[in-house]
Amino acid sequence: MRRIAVQSEDFDPGAELDLLQGADAGAVASFTGIVRGDDGVEALTLEHYPGMTERALADLAEAAMTRWPLSAVTIIHRIGTLPKGARIVFVGTASAHRAAALEACAFLIDRLKTDAPFWKKEHGRAGDRWVETRATDAAAADRWR
Amino acid sequence: MPLDILYFAWVREHVGLSSERAELPADASTPLKVAQWLAARGGGYATAFAAPEKLRCALDQQVVAMTDPIGEAREIAFFPPVTGG
Repeated sequence: MRRIAVQSEDFDPGAELDLLQGADAGAVASFTGIVRGDDGVEALTLEHYPGMTERALADLAEAAMTRWPLSAVTIIHRIGTLPKGARIVFVGTASAHRAAALEACAFLIDRLKTDAPFWKKEHGRAGDRWVETRATDAAAADRWR
Repeated sequence: MPLDILYFAWVREHVGLSSERAELPADASTPLKVAQWLAARGGGYATAFAAPEKLRCALDQQVVAMTDPIGEAREIAFFPPVTGG
């Protein structure tokens, strides 16, 4: 199973884990990203490049399934304005054993941050501000190359 | 051939448009040269394209280097480094 979604509505992590588990997975791993309230941030607006985003996420899922023996991959990314505490992103993997599921899950979220065309704008006490990339994100993605 | 030019995030805000269709000058053979041509329009374009090294580019929805050839691409997009996840 390969499930890719770019959507404004929320998702249900429990339901996504059930889908990943399917009939014969021995291990399911997942990552859920949440809007943090650092520095007085009240909300984020997520912008993306329709068309390219879906292709970039599908390419990442394909790369993970080529590299690890996975039975299922799910990537869900929300867009639009999301308040502090809201879920932004879900990455889930299923495999026969834990190492493949855990490693592939880390690969997917690390590479999503540098390869998928999303941009975050923060809204908060300090006004509106486009988020800048962090060197630690590039380093995290590079360790999978 | 006219090309669709797309802008995202603060590039879009400075330009004041999310996309436009334009006929490129004959010498605009790379994204960098297109960026320089757009910057020369002045105003918000000059602000958006003041530092092309801070921008990223995609041709037909594939990320490319600013010095790659545009070739037969029908869509070019300019944006800041991505910050999803």
